[in-house]
Amino acid sequence: MTSDTHATPNYMAIFWWLLGLTIGEIGWAIIPHHSEFVLAAGIVALAIVKAVLVAMYFMHLKFERRTMGILFASTLILGAILVSVGIGEQVLPRP
Amino acid sequence: MHDAAITFDPHMEEDRTTTGIPHDKMGMWVFLCSEVMFFTGLIGSYIVLRYGSVWPKPMETLNIWLTAANTFILICSSVTMVKALEWIQKGNIAKAKLFMCLTLLGGSIFLSVQVYEYRHLLHEGFNPHVSLFGSTFYTMTGFHGFHVFCGVVCIAFCTGKLFLGKYTQEHHLGIETLGLYWHFVDLVWILLFAIVYLI
Repeated sequence: MTSDTHATPNYMAIFWWLLGLTIGEIGWAIIPHHSEFVLAAGIVALAIVKAVLVAMYFMHLKFERRTMGILFASTLILGAILVSVGIGEQVLPRP
Repeated sequence: MHDAAITFDPHMEEDRTTTGIPHDKMGMWVFLCSEVMFFTGLIGSYIVLRYGSVWPKPMETLNIWLTAANTFILICSSVTMVKALEWIQKGNIAKAKLFMCLTLLGGSIFLSVQVYEYRHLLHEGFNPHVSLFGSTFYTMTGFHGFHVFCGVVCIAFCTGKLFLGKYTQEHHLGIETLGLYWHFVDLVWILLFAIVYLI
C-alpha cells in the first residue's frame, strides 16, 4: 500500500467527537431560537465540522497526497458555487 | 521484454502509477468527486425549493429520535470500517473479519430502520406526492439509501473475499477503496440529517 506510511489516528477519539457533535446538533435543533437563520447556521456549522472530521480522519484525506485534496476541494468549490447561485436566485430581488 | 512479461506481478502496479496513488483508489476518488456534485445538486435544489415556498417543520412530520439513532449506527459502522482496515494493515486478519462483519451489520440495520421509517411515514399519509417536502424528502433519502444498499452489497462481497483469504496485510486495496465509499456515504448522511431532518 502506498498510503499506509502515516501514523494511525485515534479513531475512537474521532468517534466520540462525532457522537458529541450529533448530540449537540439535536440539542441545538430542539431549543427554541428567535430566528430560523440562527437555527440553520448552528446546525450547518456542526454538520460541516462532522463531515470534515470524517473526510480528514476516516477517509485519510489529511494523510493523502495534495493531489487528492485539490481534486476533492475543486468539486466542493463547484458545489458551493452551484448552491450559492441557487440561493441567490431566491434571495436577491428580481427585476 | 519477454522476461518482463513472465515476471509481471499485478500487485506491483500500485507503485507504478504516475500519481503515486493506486489506480483503484484514484478511480474511487474521481467517482466520489462526481458523487459530491450529484448530492450537491440534490441539496442545492432542496435549499432553493425550501426557501422559495411554504415549508412545514420537519420535526412535526419526521421521527427525529429514530433517525438520530440511525445516524449513530451509521457513524458506528464507519468506525468499524476504518478499524477493519487498521487491523488488516497490522496483519490481524481475525479482527479485520470481525470489524467487517460489524460494518455489514451496521449498514444492514441502517437500511432496515430506513425501510421501517418509510413504511411508517407512508402509513401516516406522508407520500412523495403529498407535498414538495414529501417529494424532496423521499428523493434525497431514497438516493442515499440506494447508495447505502450498494455499499452493503459491496461490503458483503469484500467480507466474503476476506474470509476466503483473498486479502492480506500486503494486498488489501479493495477494503481500503470500499472504505472510502462507505465513509463518503456516512459523510453525506451527516449533511442530509442536518439539512432535511433538523432544520
